[in-house]
Amino acid sequence: METQDNQNEQMPNLPERDELTTEQQIRRRTIKAFALFGAASLVPFGVWKWIQQQPKVNGLPKTFRTVLGGNEAIASLFLSHNHLAPTFPPEDAAKKVRVNGSDGMKGDFDPATWSLKVEQTASGEANRRFTLLLEDIKALPKVEQVIEFKCVEGWSQIQHWGGARFADFVAKYGVGTRSGHPAQSAGDWYQYVGLETPNGGYYVGLDIESALHPQTLLAYEMNGQPLTGPHGAPLRLLIPVKYGVKNLKRIGRIFFTDQRPRDFWHERGYDYFVGL
Amino acid sequence: MKRIIDNKHPLAIRWFHWVNFPLLGIMIWSGLLIYWAYHPYKIQVGDWVLVKFFPDWLFIALKLRRRLAEGMAWHFVFMWLFMLNGLFYVGYTWLSGEWRYLIPDRHSFREAWDVVLHDLGIRKIAPLQTKYNAAQKIAYSGVILMGLGSLLTGLAIYKPIQFAWVTWLFGGYTSARVIHFALTMGYLLFFVVHILQVIRAGWNNFRSMVAGFDVIDYGNTGQSERTDA
Repeated sequence: METQDNQNEQMPNLPERDELTTEQQIRRRTIKAFALFGAASLVPFGVWKWIQQQPKVNGLPKTFRTVLGGNEAIASLFLSHNHLAPTFPPEDAAKKVRVNGSDGMKGDFDPATWSLKVEQTASGEANRRFTLLLEDIKALPKVEQVIEFKCVEGWSQIQHWGGARFADFVAKYGVGTRSGHPAQSAGDWYQYVGLETPNGGYYVGLDIESALHPQTLLAYEMNGQPLTGPHGAPLRLLIPVKYGVKNLKRIGRIFFTDQRPRDFWHERGYDYFVGL
Repeated sequence: MKRIIDNKHPLAIRWFHWVNFPLLGIMIWSGLLIYWAYHPYKIQVGDWVLVKFFPDWLFIALKLRRRLAEGMAWHFVFMWLFMLNGLFYVGYTWLSGEWRYLIPDRHSFREAWDVVLHDLGIRKIAPLQTKYNAAQKIAYSGVILMGLGSLLTGLAIYKPIQFAWVTWLFGGYTSARVIHFALTMGYLLFFVVHILQVIRAGWNNFRSMVAGFDVIDYGNTGQSERTDA
């Protein structure tokens, strides 16, 4: 090739690479390596910038939401009703149970006039809307469990709760399925359960699998006593397979849906699933 | 005096090493954002608090407060990359045979002590070594075990019910969280010693981790000299 010939003419004494002196080789390899190293070190900065300038989805960069969605899909694969939260003897339970958060519990509230609204909007038989009283929940088989309650903040506490299984409540009242009958197939279940406080100030969404977990309770007792106000009297959710944020206190309304219910902390930058 | 170029670190190992640097950095930083939300750990003798993890001024100075959601998101996104890079590194060292330079043998612990004495200026002669000295073998193999420990204790506190047996293995949920945190402090300690040793070992050694080669000078005695970190 012509150009190459010309170059060789201009530099007739250019030695072959393996004829470079040791010093020259050291120099060349060092410069080349550090140039590459410098260029490559820009990549993390690029990634950082790219993440920072992304549009936020519920407080988090879009890519993060995508990956967290993937994490949820993976977690759902090994989510099993056979995987139970370890239980403890009642004497291990904390006498002074930690209170954390009072969102949705502000303002006047009279437990005497409280009732639980249950809803699922659908066509046909499955369209249900009714209210229950605490006696109705107490009429379901009572379960007591001592589990380690885990807060998203990182602390945990062994606590003693009593109430009815969410799964028993669903079966008894024929809710949660599209057919309006006890589920014949896994696909008959609505995908989500939403719960809200009576004033709508706090709200959570749960995947149906976690809601139907045998340790998920509609709890009305703590340490063998009726729930106190700060712990969510008269009825609260106790779902050990989720962080505390999903354990909604003072349930006002329960609804079944295929759309992800809004979720208080998800709107504030947390993962939706938060499954343990 | 004769100078010889000696190829020391394969390209793959250099990549894994340097990719790990920002990844571990992000894991530690996001881990601290999470830790702030519940930061009870301290070392104390009786009533006397020796070290507090961490004093308030540190959380403030590093802007670690009230960023739990952000910390969790970063942590649970980058955990995958941190894990993959670690697995690739282990897979590579295993398949390439590089592990032979890295795994300590039955002499390593005694020799490592001699290395420590030598590095502190107490002992005059350092033990003979190949690519890594005995103290390095222990440190570099140990930090991989720590990485494995971080992955497992991480899983133990991330999914303590689905993987209850892993959580049990580490003595329960609160204990797994303590170990996960302690391992992180271990990385910071490793980092400090590592940086000091790299500075001590000098340019030739640092260059070998970037460019891959070492330059060995053969002096009049015919003895080679090599420093490592």
